[in-house]
Amino acid sequence: MAELLIKNGVVFDPINGVKGEKMDICIRDGKIVESLHDEHGARVIDASGCVVMPGGVDAHAHIAGGKVNAGRLLRPEDGRRGLEPKRGVCKPCTGYSVPNTWATGYRYAKMGYTFVMEPAMPPLTARHTHEELVDTPIIDKAALPLIDNNWMTLQYVRDENYEMLSAYVAWMIRATRGYGIKIVNPGGTEAWGFAKNCGLDDPVPHWDVTPADIIRALAHANERYEMPHSIHVHGNMLGHPGNYETTLRTFDVVKGISASMQRQTMHTTHIQFFCYGGTSWKDFESKADEIAKYVNENEHITIDLGSIILGDTTTMTADGPMEYTLYRLTGRKWTNHDVELETGAGIVPFLYSSRNPVHSVQWTIGLELALLIKNPWKVVLSTDHPNAGPFIGYPILISMLMSKKRRDEVMKEVHPAVFDRSSLASIDRELDFHEIAIITRASAAKILGLHNHGKGHLGVGADADVAIYGISHEESDAGAVQRAFLNAKYTIKCGEIVVKDGEIVATPEGRTFYVEPECEESLMNEVMKDIERLFKEYYTVSLSNYPVQDVYTPHPYVIKAPMSG
Amino acid sequence: MAVYTDVLCPFCGCICDDIVVEVGEDGKITKVKGACAIGRSKIMGHDRMESPAIREDGELRDCSYDEAIKRAAEILADARRPLLYGWSSTVCETDRAGVELAVEIGAIIDNTASVCHGPSILAIQDVGLPSCTLGQIRNRADIVIYWGSNPVFAHPNHMKRYSYLSKGRFTPGGKKDRKMVVVDVRETKSAKLADLFVKVRPGGDFLVFSALRAILRGHEDVVPDEVAGVEKKDLLSLAEMIKNANFIITFFGMGVTHSGARHNNIANAIEFTRAAHLHTKATIMPMRGHYNVNGFNQVCTWLLGYPFSIDLSQGYPWYNPGETGAVDVLVHGECDAALIISSDPASHFPADAVRHLARIPVIQIDPYPNPTTEFADVVIPSAICGVEAEGSVYRMDSVPLRVRKIVDSKFMADEEIIRRILEEVRAIKEKEGE
Ligand code: SF4
Ligand SMILES: [Zn+2]
Repeated sequence: MAELLIKNGVVFDPINGVKGEKMDICIRDGKIVESLHDEHGARVIDASGCVVMPGGVDAHAHIAGGKVNAGRLLRPEDGRRGLEPKRGVCKPCTGYSVPNTWATGYRYAKMGYTFVMEPAMPPLTARHTHEELVDTPIIDKAALPLIDNNWMTLQYVRDENYEMLSAYVAWMIRATRGYGIKIVNPGGTEAWGFAKNCGLDDPVPHWDVTPADIIRALAHANERYEMPHSIHVHGNMLGHPGNYETTLRTFDVVKGISASMQRQTMHTTHIQFFCYGGTSWKDFESKADEIAKYVNENEHITIDLGSIILGDTTTMTADGPMEYTLYRLTGRKWTNHDVELETGAGIVPFLYSSRNPVHSVQWTIGLELALLIKNPWKVVLSTDHPNAGPFIGYPILISMLMSKKRRDEVMKEVHPAVFDRSSLASIDRELDFHEIAIITRASAAKILGLHNHGKGHLGVGADADVAIYGISHEESDAGAVQRAFLNAKYTIKCGEIVVKDGEIVATPEGRTFYVEPECEESLMNEVMKDIERLFKEYYTVSLSNYPVQDVYTPHPYVIKAPMSG
Repeated sequence: MAVYTDVLCPFCGCICDDIVVEVGEDGKITKVKGACAIGRSKIMGHDRMESPAIREDGELRDCSYDEAIKRAAEILADARRPLLYGWSSTVCETDRAGVELAVEIGAIIDNTASVCHGPSILAIQDVGLPSCTLGQIRNRADIVIYWGSNPVFAHPNHMKRYSYLSKGRFTPGGKKDRKMVVVDVRETKSAKLADLFVKVRPGGDFLVFSALRAILRGHEDVVPDEVAGVEKKDLLSLAEMIKNANFIITFFGMGVTHSGARHNNIANAIEFTRAAHLHTKATIMPMRGHYNVNGFNQVCTWLLGYPFSIDLSQGYPWYNPGETGAVDVLVHGECDAALIISSDPASHFPADAVRHLARIPVIQIDPYPNPTTEFADVVIPSAICGVEAEGSVYRMDSVPLRVRKIVDSKFMADEEIIRRILEEVRAIKEKEGE
């Protein structure tokens, strides 16, 4: 493959400690290299006056699978909000909060992103998730299977049979070609099978376990292997006033568990939805300060923001009871799809209105968190796409985090409740390009363990995923920042220029990353007996038709996770 | 002899996946176990179209695949408003190729949903769909309602594998732990098996759903003594059954989608489910017919944003069923060429639509001849998916499965046929561009 030289850019590569230095980047065969073989033959990109970063890494965005597609189907009106005709190398695009797979790939690439984690894959429908991921161009991706409400998990947790649990988890991650363990309203989604819900320390109906037991056991199971990522947790009581206390107790559940790799033991996702004070929507307030305090004082937790983009969006989660609450609150259309023995899904359209006091306060929370948590390596920028807003809103959030002025302007536009029920107005901190580079790529890569696999940095040997933004590293105008991050001047994916001057110029297929936990054979044979019984007695598909076949990952990147020593 | 187990049946939306198929030394299927009668006959195979053919002077003349594919591509490249229709009895890989072809030539692409559960999809877009996978019903449902659907006839293994007759975690006694209710305009075979049969006057479903909604929402006073032939006391006792249940499912079929109020009927059925959910776990599911009718809707939705009836003539997907459906563009005499894959519009479309179809160039891709073959201009026989070709399919509850290739075949797979047509079309366009 031809060589590529990116000259004169101001580089932000936090993982390698490069903090806004003017330097050249050399690329050959899809990788970052020390130097070029043939400087004269290489293609040269002049990045003078530009900011250069590793390709963006999104740790949590619902971009593919049954739930996302049910959202698209539910909302043809959303489809019409993003129509773009086929043009050049691009296929047609649709959708705003629930874009089609083509638009998803193109729009991420235009923002300089090159890796996205689909964070909620129902194991039974994993094939569907993978089919859509394959049809999502350019970006690399992976998916987290939901393993917390599975009957086998509940049984082993109840029986305190943690060895078997770890083998089951290994089997499930392999069978689904997943990347790690996703937890969504543990116990509550199972209870939703009979229209119930359950709190962190309540017994799950029909099972003698609590959600806290499930989280703890799965964290232990995860750490039995050298898993790149920790458990990825959407806890109990998402979106309920007063839930911040549950959130703090959830953090404590895994305290003291030691990680098998150098990383957190729990990633808690879209934490904005878990930072609520008050006892009802009337006295609802932000408790971002309490959550930030905990995260500042503890090393085992990382978070992504789930920050709100004001406007219309589509909410979708495996947290069925939460979506039902939202439907009862709004009276809007509601889709629910429970998945046998495993999980569920709910979908409700939602408008975050700047006139609404609760929505306005919610909007402040994501920003508060990013600004109050001192160490940006514990934070990943996200909107829990599309739950708090579509991913194409990231540049708006970046501009807010970089500009106190911009925040103050918007705070005047939204409901005045934000001045009493949130601390945002009192926060002066502004993130710089280096910190933005951390929360949009470097921390996400580290938290997901992808930095060991060529993502999130520009060190020699890394994947040549590079974003070049047409903005000076001294620029402070929020509008200029927003524009620059929405349409990269160049995006390079595995050494290939895919975006030039904000337009897609090539659409290579991305890879699917997945993890293979390596469980000892005898234990696996033991667990297979239980799995066989489970399929016979309860599932509606045969065991042999269940695991995802090779054809669904045509461009695989496999990470082996041996038993941890 | 070779024995294949856990084979998937490529016929109806149940996609039974525990079938045993025996194949003899000659590579022919000799025995099929575990499938229902229709499934068995589908897997065993029957009279096929033997050769690709092109119509000349009114007669089909056998030709090679190459020739038929080339002719098909010429027809499509020439057309100003081509229609690509069918797609429900083939695998998702074919459907993906079909979408690419539609994008390439600016076609209207539509599947058989537009003449079966199309109204259900429109209703879902109105109010949503509280549903689940079939295993939830197996394990939890204590009330199973078949409304305007006759599973004994159309989905023979449905009750045994997934609902009334199956046994699960919270329903270990099978039918002892459940009640089955059938609502229909006549006493079908399924109705005879039910614990309760509710006979509705034809076209009266909308009223019955409304009455049940009213009762479940606490407004039984507005319900008259008799609703569409059903006595109020029977509705009250059905509502009482629902309130006391742990989990109810309503499976609905053509009887509801195709009577009077059409998509409003389904929206009302879903509203009835939402009302029931105030008291218990309530779910609802369309009984999808063709094994992969859902799969096409899925593929089309993730690639084009909409499930069916999509017009790509402007370069972007435009979705407006009633204007952009296959029947619409045929009845309006709009389209000037059609590719029909794995379906038979000649038997299922209204006469006006068929008349126009017979006038325009038609390409047919199918393992079997059918009335559409009578006027097709290019006929391309294909391998039977799930027997001679593998691929992804989506069960009626959107569970994705992979059907298998069991035996070799001299016929080309649907996906390859579409991909080759696409290549030819691109070649023609490139030449014209020069
Ligand atoms: S019920 Fe349907 S899927 Fe099952 S064997 Fe019969 S035709 Fe095939
Ligand atoms: Zn999420």
